[in-house]
Amino acid sequence: MNEVGLTPFLLLSAFLFACGAVCVASKRNAIGILMGVELILNAANVNLVAFARFNTTFRLEGQVFALMVVVLAAAEAAVALAIFLNFYNNHATVDVDEAKNLRG
Amino acid sequence: MSLPVILFVLVATATCVSAVGVVASRNVVRMAVWLLFTLIGVALIYFLLGAEFAGAAQLIVYVGGTLVLVVFGVMLTAQGPLRELRTKRVELIVGGVLGAALFVLLAVVSLELGSPQSDNAALPGTGPLGMSFLGVTETSPKGRVSGVPTGTPPPRTPVAYLLPFEIVSVHLLVVLVGAAYLARAKRKRVKP
Repeated sequence: MNEVGLTPFLLLSAFLFACGAVCVASKRNAIGILMGVELILNAANVNLVAFARFNTTFRLEGQVFALMVVVLAAAEAAVALAIFLNFYNNHATVDVDEAKNLRG
Repeated sequence: MSLPVILFVLVATATCVSAVGVVASRNVVRMAVWLLFTLIGVALIYFLLGAEFAGAAQLIVYVGGTLVLVVFGVMLTAQGPLRELRTKRVELIVGGVLGAALFVLLAVVSLELGSPQSDNAALPGTGPLGMSFLGVTETSPKGRVSGVPTGTPPPRTPVAYLLPFEIVSVHLLVVLVGAAYLARAKRKRVKP
């Protein structure tokens, strides 16, 4: 075995994705949930770049999509933090279990 | 064991350990530090894959931008005893079981996928990437539509990624203006 194949990268990406999903599902802190979302997006990005390396038809596309995902993740983090700050100003906490104003 | 394999094992192990640290730690500040190490590990993975520009962009945008934003959010919202919000044990168990099931599913799928050997051609560097964003070059050098069997490559219009690039940039501008509006300091009205 001289070269790392495609499968180890996919396994790493799957592990990152699972960690992010558990983080989103189990954290009560809103910023913790945001970090889980970042993990999930990074897992998708690892997949994109790995396929760009190992599939000759995706040479350019994989990197282009990865860069777009990075930029959109930055935008998403900015908006989510603004919403959390607004929520913190109104409720004095970032516990997502407290966000039940819209519950009927 | 050659050098790429050893490097990959080292970096992947560090990344996985940091990701577990993000999930397991209760303190938000420690979560942010573990996330920092995870993001740096992913950038190193990009470098190992030969995508230097993606790795550099990951370092600059994620580690330099997004993580600083997250740390500022932690500083602005975490005060005293509120910083540690404990998860219920049941929620942790259910989330862990679901995450393990998800990982097994994804791992089975990726193990069935097989491992194509790379043809050792370098990934397109910064130049072709920038040209494709400007809409100058064709999308892929040997471009074929994926899923179409090899043989006769269908003719491909030389349209690159100028429009998505513009959409993403305008989206980023609008989103940042909206975030600044949402997070502004509310001034109390002084009644005359």
